[in-house]
Amino acid sequence: MVVGQDVLDEIALTRAEYDLIVERLGREPNGVELGMFGALWSEHCGYKHSRALLGMFRHTRRGPGVGAALSETGAENAGAVDIGDGLAVVFKVESHNHPSAVEPFQGAATGVGGIVRDVLAMGARPVALLNSLRFGPLDGGDGGAAFGGGDGLTSIAAHSPASDGVGGSASIAADDVVGGAASGGGDGPTSVAARGAESGVVGGAASGGDDGAASIVASGAESGGGDGAVVGRNRYLFGGVVRGISWYGNCIGVPDVGGEIYFDPAYSHNPLVNAMCVGVIEKSRLASAAARVPGSVLLLAGAGTGRDGIHGASGLASRTFEEEAELRPTVQVGNPFLEKALIEACLEAVDTGAVLAIQDLGAAGLTSAVIESAARAGRGVCIDLARVVRREGGMSAYEVMLSESQERMLLVALPERVEEVRAVFRRWDVDCEEIGRVIAEPVARIYDGGELVAHLPVLPLSEAPVYRLEGRASAEDLARRGFSLEGLALPECGPGETLLRLLASPNIASRQAVYRQYDYQVQTNTVAGPGGSDAAVLRVKGTGKAIALAVDGNGRHCLLDPFVGGQIAVAEVCRNLSCVGARPLALTDCLNFGNPLRPDIYWQLEECIRGMALASERLDAPVVSGNVSLFNETQGQAVLPTPVVGALGLLEDAAGAVGAGFPGEGLAVVLLGPGPGESGAGDLAGSEYLRVMHRLTAGQPGIDLELEGRVQEVCRAGIAAGLIRSAHDCSDGGLAVALAEGCILGGVGFRWQGDGGGGSRWDAALFGERQSRIVVTVEGGRIGELEGLAADGGVPAGLLGFTGGDDLEIGPEAGGGIGLSVAGLRAVWSGALEAAGG
Amino acid sequence: MRFGILRFPGTWSDVDCHYAVSGVLGQDAEYVWHKDGSLDGFDCVILPGGFSYGDYLRPGAMARFSPVMDALYGFAESGRAVIGICNGFQILCESGLLPGALRANRQLEYRCQWTTLRVERADTLFTAACYAGQCLQVPISHGEGNYYADAGTLDALEREGRVLFRYCDSKGAATAEANPNGSANNIAGIINERGNVLGMMPHPERSCEELLGSADGALIFRSIIEYASPDSASPESASPESASRGKLQTSGRA
Repeated sequence: MVVGQDVLDEIALTRAEYDLIVERLGREPNGVELGMFGALWSEHCGYKHSRALLGMFRHTRRGPGVGAALSETGAENAGAVDIGDGLAVVFKVESHNHPSAVEPFQGAATGVGGIVRDVLAMGARPVALLNSLRFGPLDGGDGGAAFGGGDGLTSIAAHSPASDGVGGSASIAADDVVGGAASGGGDGPTSVAARGAESGVVGGAASGGDDGAASIVASGAESGGGDGAVVGRNRYLFGGVVRGISWYGNCIGVPDVGGEIYFDPAYSHNPLVNAMCVGVIEKSRLASAAARVPGSVLLLAGAGTGRDGIHGASGLASRTFEEEAELRPTVQVGNPFLEKALIEACLEAVDTGAVLAIQDLGAAGLTSAVIESAARAGRGVCIDLARVVRREGGMSAYEVMLSESQERMLLVALPERVEEVRAVFRRWDVDCEEIGRVIAEPVARIYDGGELVAHLPVLPLSEAPVYRLEGRASAEDLARRGFSLEGLALPECGPGETLLRLLASPNIASRQAVYRQYDYQVQTNTVAGPGGSDAAVLRVKGTGKAIALAVDGNGRHCLLDPFVGGQIAVAEVCRNLSCVGARPLALTDCLNFGNPLRPDIYWQLEECIRGMALASERLDAPVVSGNVSLFNETQGQAVLPTPVVGALGLLEDAAGAVGAGFPGEGLAVVLLGPGPGESGAGDLAGSEYLRVMHRLTAGQPGIDLELEGRVQEVCRAGIAAGLIRSAHDCSDGGLAVALAEGCILGGVGFRWQGDGGGGSRWDAALFGERQSRIVVTVEGGRIGELEGLAADGGVPAGLLGFTGGDDLEIGPEAGGGIGLSVAGLRAVWSGALEAAGG
Repeated sequence: MRFGILRFPGTWSDVDCHYAVSGVLGQDAEYVWHKDGSLDGFDCVILPGGFSYGDYLRPGAMARFSPVMDALYGFAESGRAVIGICNGFQILCESGLLPGALRANRQLEYRCQWTTLRVERADTLFTAACYAGQCLQVPISHGEGNYYADAGTLDALEREGRVLFRYCDSKGAATAEANPNGSANNIAGIINERGNVLGMMPHPERSCEELLGSADGALIFRSIIEYASPDSASPESASPESASRGKLQTSGRA
């Protein structure tokens, strides 16, 4: 039999992989078997292109004790961490990017459902959801509502012999390349015309042109469909994703306590939808997904199996795609009501003690569930597909094995106690049928009634080939990084207007329009939900403790330097935890990248993981679970390299958590970390300011991990001592935005008393995004104590000013200063996302 | 006293209500499965929030046919306290124990947020621990909480003093801006004619501890505990204004 290329294409296997299968089996696989290989050897399930790199996450906190990892990374469905008091926290973040790009509502909803079942498969009750979302701009401008018009696709050409040895002219196509303009060549002639950009800003940046530093060009390249259509689709995707998360999460009674949303043109055709779920369980009751005991019974519980989602793992999540509509039937449809009943029934069933192992059915459905359970224990399975409850008639064995119908779990039960387990499910009106047994021989025997439809050794199935490729930075990447920001013109509008524009940016503005659609309080543990603090805080009932949760990632920093960007992603999410007073314990990550077969993308992936691994080790927060989403690319346009990092922290005293807002009048506002006086143009690298005011993503981001660790430690110590009353990290928008948010959230003004600093570059001092900085408040009489704490910890701490009044006042040293009413700031900040189409 | 907490498939505030009345307020509480037929031995029954039957067809429309509902009618008839929260309120309306209906929020979106509730009267067994006009911080979490009833019913509810909680601003004014879902007359919660059945969209069980942002919701449970237990006295009104409206029967078994 000669298998056609069309068959291999459908399951995303290469000819070489097919040949490998034949070699390992010693024969040709039949259709069902080939489908099983295709699913398990898909990028999504097999981690073909990332597994070799993920080995860099080797740091684990040495146990036992609080913070000890209780499961080997990758060995179970989610990572488990000891939080003391006999309890463990289980958590994981996972992508549902491709389904969401095709059908945003169901794609996002089933993303939530899927990650919840990963936590459930550890036997844990899901107690929190978070999500990390990326979309293209919602308006004709560039994420900044201030820029109207918006058909101008500007790109930057750097004629810089100095730019890392890249000869000639490298085009930086970071700007507004909504699909395809990145393909260098087309930018051709360099005309200095910034269309669609506000006067005085971009034009000014071109002033250094003569010395060959930079010139701004407008590329005429327009993506198919035009800007209006792209923006319209971005809004559709954004609205659909948020409603899908709201619909599913709210219905299952798991609070959605935090997350992040970013907009950038690079996500226009490839939105990122990463969902994180957190569970709590008694340590001694952690469940396994390994089917160890021969003779034990496999029970398939939950929804009937239908034709939805076939090839979801191989077709949708493992390659780039151009024809979205064609793939719509591969998106699964969720039933959160059934999921809720499934959660309760599974937890009750595990409580009986009759369940030996539990495994979710996610990507690659039944195939992956049974094979992975068996592979974990070195066992085999024998199942009969005729016993699988179906949603529709006439389904083939192939379809049943590869269906990705949602809300299904596989349970491995003691044979003599099967009835007990089934009774639990009956009570909840949830189907639970025996479909087979665990066998000692490590093979999968799949019957459909009397017919043996697949007979495969487990090992080659579960061991996808691993590819180690050669990465190489692209000329654009290096040019972007080498671009000098020194010659950048200061915005003519001054710092006040700049601040307002940044607060109006959908990347900075309040997310209330989104999170008010999510139930963030159910289960009554939410001490700090979305919006008021840098991390969510959930008390742990029965203890005085709380866990803190955050999720973060910055694609622009990683685009400019994936090694540094990877470090920043880890540092920042840990900083978010430290800002509420929590000690980071562990991380989970979702790596969202383009097509790894491209050397530049593979380079991004490798460098990013290397950076994350380094920061994870330095900040002592091991990566205990994760997921990789590659091929986030359409028509040659990859997403920004976006590692999304979820973090778990622990607070010994739940009541001791602090928020981000200034909690009253007369408090001293102190900056932990490098002061504004030390800033320079380099701090603007990859900043939101650069994006909004100069429509530019360039420069060399940096971080000092040793300083980072010290700053976080001082912040935590200050909070634990009751000294620090609020803490907010300087992130998007820099110091000025951090201060403005402190005012807005606290409902109080601020008056600058420090050194304006920054020399001639007020933009870098106020809006630079230098890492390792936290704005904290302290009682006026206790400044000295905080300074002492900081000095002992080897951290700079500078007084910025005091809270009070109704205005935010900065300067006048800084470019004439800022003097704006907090009410005015709030109006801009709180309404911008909604106004932009949220 | 002893609380019975109904569990329908899809209910999710059951555990929160249990924790509030037992863990925080120290009362006995027990879950009652929707297929059970008896509510004997309970002093108060809570219909918690959630998505019973996934809100399929209409929120509460399926749950009203659950076997436990027959027992609930008898329980309410006996004069003992029934409180429906969020989806529980929707079920009470669908079942006819309370008038009106909960429509989709005005914004056609789900809303989870803190609201301020004005206590309209304090001489009921659900508000006896409050004073009339008191403002309570209690959060909402629903997509369909926009209370509606025909003009005649609304008139009757107002006239008979059966609107127990109204959405208001921080100064206690029931303004349009303070109304989170478009409900008629800013209604957040109502009682039946006899005064022993309360339906409310906001979640008092989520605001029983200062750690979670407010302990105001506990006042509602405290009212029930103090005044609806078999051996308790009738509620004393906490303000002269509410006293003039007279007292309601507080316990059918007293």
